[in-house]
Parts: sequence; structure tokens; C-alpha cells
Amino acid sequence: MDILIQVIVTGLATGGLYGLIALGFVLIYKATSVLNLAMGDFMTLGAFVCFTMLTQVKVPFYLALLLTLVSAIVLGIAVERIILRPLIGEPVISVIMVTIGLGIILKGGMYIIWTPIFRSFPQIFPPKPFNLGFAIVPSGLWWGFVFAIIGTIAFLLIFKFSRTGVAMRAVASDQQAALSMGISVRWVFALAWCFGAMAAVIGGIVIGNISGISVYMGDIGLKVLAVIILGGLDSIGGAILAGFIIGVLENLTGLYIDPLVGGGAKDVAPFFILVLILMIRPYGLFGKELIERV
Amino acid sequence: MRCGDFKETYIQDEAIFQSLFVKFWLCLLFLFLLAFPFMANAYLLYVANMIGFAIIGAIGLNLLTGFTGQISLGHAAFLGVGAYTSAILVTRLGFPFWLSVPCAGLVAALAGLIIGIPSLRVKGLYLCIATLAAQFIFEFIFTRWESMTKGITGIHIPPPTIAGYAIKTEKDFYWITLFFVALAVGYARNLIRSRTGRAFIAIRDRDLSAEIIGINLFRYKLSSFAISSFYAGMAGALWMTFLKVVTPDHFPFLLSIQYLAMIIVGGLGSVLGSIFGAVFITLTPEILNYLSEIVKASAPGYEEIFVPMKEVIFGVLIVLFLIFEPRGLAEIWNRIKAFFRLWPFSY
Repeated sequence: MDILIQVIVTGLATGGLYGLIALGFVLIYKATSVLNLAMGDFMTLGAFVCFTMLTQVKVPFYLALLLTLVSAIVLGIAVERIILRPLIGEPVISVIMVTIGLGIILKGGMYIIWTPIFRSFPQIFPPKPFNLGFAIVPSGLWWGFVFAIIGTIAFLLIFKFSRTGVAMRAVASDQQAALSMGISVRWVFALAWCFGAMAAVIGGIVIGNISGISVYMGDIGLKVLAVIILGGLDSIGGAILAGFIIGVLENLTGLYIDPLVGGGAKDVAPFFILVLILMIRPYGLFGKELIERV
Repeated sequence: MRCGDFKETYIQDEAIFQSLFVKFWLCLLFLFLLAFPFMANAYLLYVANMIGFAIIGAIGLNLLTGFTGQISLGHAAFLGVGAYTSAILVTRLGFPFWLSVPCAGLVAALAGLIIGIPSLRVKGLYLCIATLAAQFIFEFIFTRWESMTKGITGIHIPPPTIAGYAIKTEKDFYWITLFFVALAVGYARNLIRSRTGRAFIAIRDRDLSAEIIGINLFRYKLSSFAISSFYAGMAGALWMTFLKVVTPDHFPFLLSIQYLAMIIVGGLGSVLGSIFGAVFITLTPEILNYLSEIVKASAPGYEEIFVPMKEVIFGVLIVLFLIFEPRGLAEIWNRIKAFFRLWPFSY
């Protein structure tokens, strides 16, 4: 029984991270209707930038975090301006492929700059595991969870109450109406990419801190697709809740199914769940029902 | 005097060989392809074979994505299903090679039908994600179903024999590849001017209207998936028989992206485009390899940059084509043809 609780708690903590990365997907999708499959590589880039700041430039962690966020903003604006804007109004496949292409470029670029060596992150969180009383959470996961929750609440508050957030929601619900109310849709698009990239780099730093960084850590970004589909592509709250659900289910699969098939089931579990959701409820738990049937 | 080519009937417009001129050049191309193995060395023949497999797979994906408009991020999975089917049939049940390839296609088509079922409920982005999930699930099955696929060690495939003659060299295999490529191109070219092909295009352009004018979406979407996976299965079976060993590592997600890149670079919704794309995407890394050899000879130590450079260039190609030439090489080809058709008096 103890191990079950332990696994569930670990799952919840992992789920928090999934939720944060899913938030990045949702922020971009909601405003611009683009599913950014390069999100995983945004994450990796964030982790590498922060890593370089900490080890080469040797700045304190909070400054490194700040600089990484600034670089995320630059990345977001650059990507939106240069790559996505020419493709507005193009079919879905073009938009998806362009983000995949972008991911490949980023991955190759990082391979050239940082080489594919696996590195462990410098210690930025206190190493003591966090004891909840009924279960013990490893330090990295616990702090990651805290970061994810803080990040999520911050984004939620911005979305709910700030002027910018209201503008973003307006664009998400109706671009033309938003435009006629004097909201700059272009600016909101750029902003959405910035927010998405910021969520991704925070996720990257936290995950890099837990399991080390390498060029290929971005593959986790594809797993998060299951989260956003379950939560509904355009629901922020859904992304967070689905993050927890997928995190727990994934870890339970690791506990119960992995011994039966000889490992590996844990990593593919989100995709099985994904197919199930798409068959039963394609718009997810809280997504907008826009599926037309013929 | 008439100038340019005029089409006076629908049949003329739909003809595969539009003019005597086209027929002449096609014959010339075919003669070249027949003469090619006698002029080329083993390496060139190896590349030619790889291009052949890529063409078959790319045409399959183009039928699904370019003509029917159903995005698939899991094409590599179907190649894998075909490859494993043929490997298992040949090694376990002693199937002859010529029978194992169509069987591989059929099993892959069956897999395609199953993956295609979500396409009846979801489309666009959602279908894209569903096929992506299929890709990872199949990869998992290839690795973990060890009693059938022998896991990561893979299955060794004996060289095929046809009528008692063992196919061992690249040159021998070239004829097989050429035969299947010709078959694949011919079938696809004919398919798209049949009722089925027009139905595919109607579904791509607007599925609701297609349903209203009497196209059974259920039937045609699924048959598109099946035909596309049949092509992929054949390509996978041929490819792995050529390489003599099949492992799960041959069918990564990146391969699916490569196939999508082929049809995007070549031209969505064009058989000729699939061929251009397959040639282009297969040749690019080979040319880079060649360059890296040169660099290695002249400036040792810098050739390592070519490993990631391949990926970067691949990504840049995808992005540049999507932004600047979304209709691909086929469109460039058409423009060149149009330029020369009435040259030098183009007005």
C-alpha cells in the first residue's frame, strides 16, 4: 500500500510539470490555433541557456532564471514573426510541419553548440527529499512541482485579470471582434508565443534539474500532447488537471504493467490514453466542442 | 495558327501522356533507368535503390495526405508493419519473396484501416495527434513483442530468390525496385483520375460538400488509409529485404517526418511531386556525406559538424519550402515547363 501512495504522489508531482508544459501548448493554441510541436525543443533550449548561465557565466540562479525568461521572449517573438506569420491561413499540415521543422532546426543547432553529451544540472534546490508524512518526494520533483504551481497560478491570474490577459482571451474567442475593439491581434499572437515559450523554458529548467539535460530531453514534449488532448486543447484548467491525471496514470503503468511486458510501457502509456480519449471524447474534458461530424 | 497545346475533350485533359513530346521524354527516361545499372557502381546503385523505396513510400503518403487531406504523422509505423510482416513470413513460414511483398502490403493496409478509424470522428489537428500516437504505439510493439519481432536484436532476412536465382547484389535488387516503383507510379497515376481519386480530392477540399454530393466518407477515407499503408508496407518490406535485417530502430518518428518532408518539398497532391521529393530528400544527406568527406580530407576535425548539420539543413528545407514554395518542386517544374513551352515568344 505504501508503494502505491508513493507512486501516486510521484505521479502527481510529475503531473504538475506536465501541466506546466501543457500550459505552454494551450497558451499558444488558444490565441493562434497553432499546435507547436517544437515545444519540447523550446524546453531543452531553456534548460541549456540556464545551464550555461549558471556554469559558464556563473550568475546566481534567480538571475539565470530571469535571463532565460528574457531569451524565451526573444525566441517566441522571433519564431512568431519569421516563421509562423507567413503561414497564417495555410492548411493545418503546413503549420504543423513548420513547427516540426523548427524543432529539428533547434535540436540540430543545440547539438552543434552544446554537443550531445549528457550533463547533470548544478544543484539549485536544497537536496533534502521532502517528507509529506505519508510519502517522500525527491527534492527535484517537489521543487519542480512548486515551480509548476507558481507558474500556472501566475499565468492564470494574468489571463483572468490583467488587461493583456483579457485581450488574449478576446482574440482567442473571436479575432475579428477583438480587432474591431482596438486590440492588436498581431501583438497578442507574439505575446502568446512569448508566454508559451516562457512556460516551456521553466518546464525545461525544472526537468533538467530532475533528470539532467541533453539535446534529446525535448522528446517529453510529445508525451504532453496526451495531456492537452485529455484536458481539451484550449482549456488552461483542463491542461493542469489532465497533467495530474496523466502523471498518475503513467506512474501506475510503470508500477503494474512494466513488469509484465519487460519495461517501456510507462513511456508509451500516455499515447494509449491519447488514442482512447480521441475515440471517446476528442475534445477532451473541458475543450470547446467544435468537432463537426458528417 | 494554333500555338500551345489545346485540349478539346475531357479525356484529353485527363490523359496520362499528354503529348507526343512527353511520351518521347518518358521513353528516354525509361531507357536511362534500364541502362543505369550497367553504368553505375555499387554505391550509386545502393542510393538508387533507397530512392526507389522512398518513392513508393512517398507516393503512398501523398495519396493519403496530399490527395485525401488526412495528415499522418505515423507513416513509418506502416513501413515497419510491412517490413516485419515480410520478415516473419519469409523466415518463419518460408514464404517466397515475391509473395511476401504483397502480403506485407496487405497486413500494413489492415493496420492502416485500424489507425484510420479515428479519422471518421476527428480531423486536422486531432487526426494528426492520433496518428502520432499510433507511431509510438507501433514502435513499442516492435520493440516489446519479442516472441514475434525478436525485439531490438531484430530479424535477419535471407537474400530473396526469384525462380531459383538468388538476388544478392545491389544491381540485382535494382531490377526488383524498378519494377515495383513503375507499378506504384502507374497505379497511383491511374487511381487519381478514377472515381476513387476524384473522391479523395473532393474529401480533401471540403469533406462536408463531398458527403453531400454522394461520396461515402467512411468508405473513401478508410480506403485512402488502406491504399496509403499498402504502399508503405511494400516499401518497408522491400527496404528491409534490401538491408537484410529489420530492427525497431529503422522506424523512428523521424522517418515519418522525413516522408512528410518528401511530399511537402516535392509537392502535396502530385505523384510527380512525390518522386521529386523522394529523390531530393534521399540525395541531400548523401551529398552532405560526400561534402563531409571532402572536408575531412582538406580540414580534418571539422567534419563532425556535418552530423548535426544534416538535421539542421533538413529542418531548414522544410521551413523554407513551406514559407516560400508551399506547392513544392512539382510547381517549380511546372513553371520551368511553362517557360519553355512557348519560348521564346511567350506572349
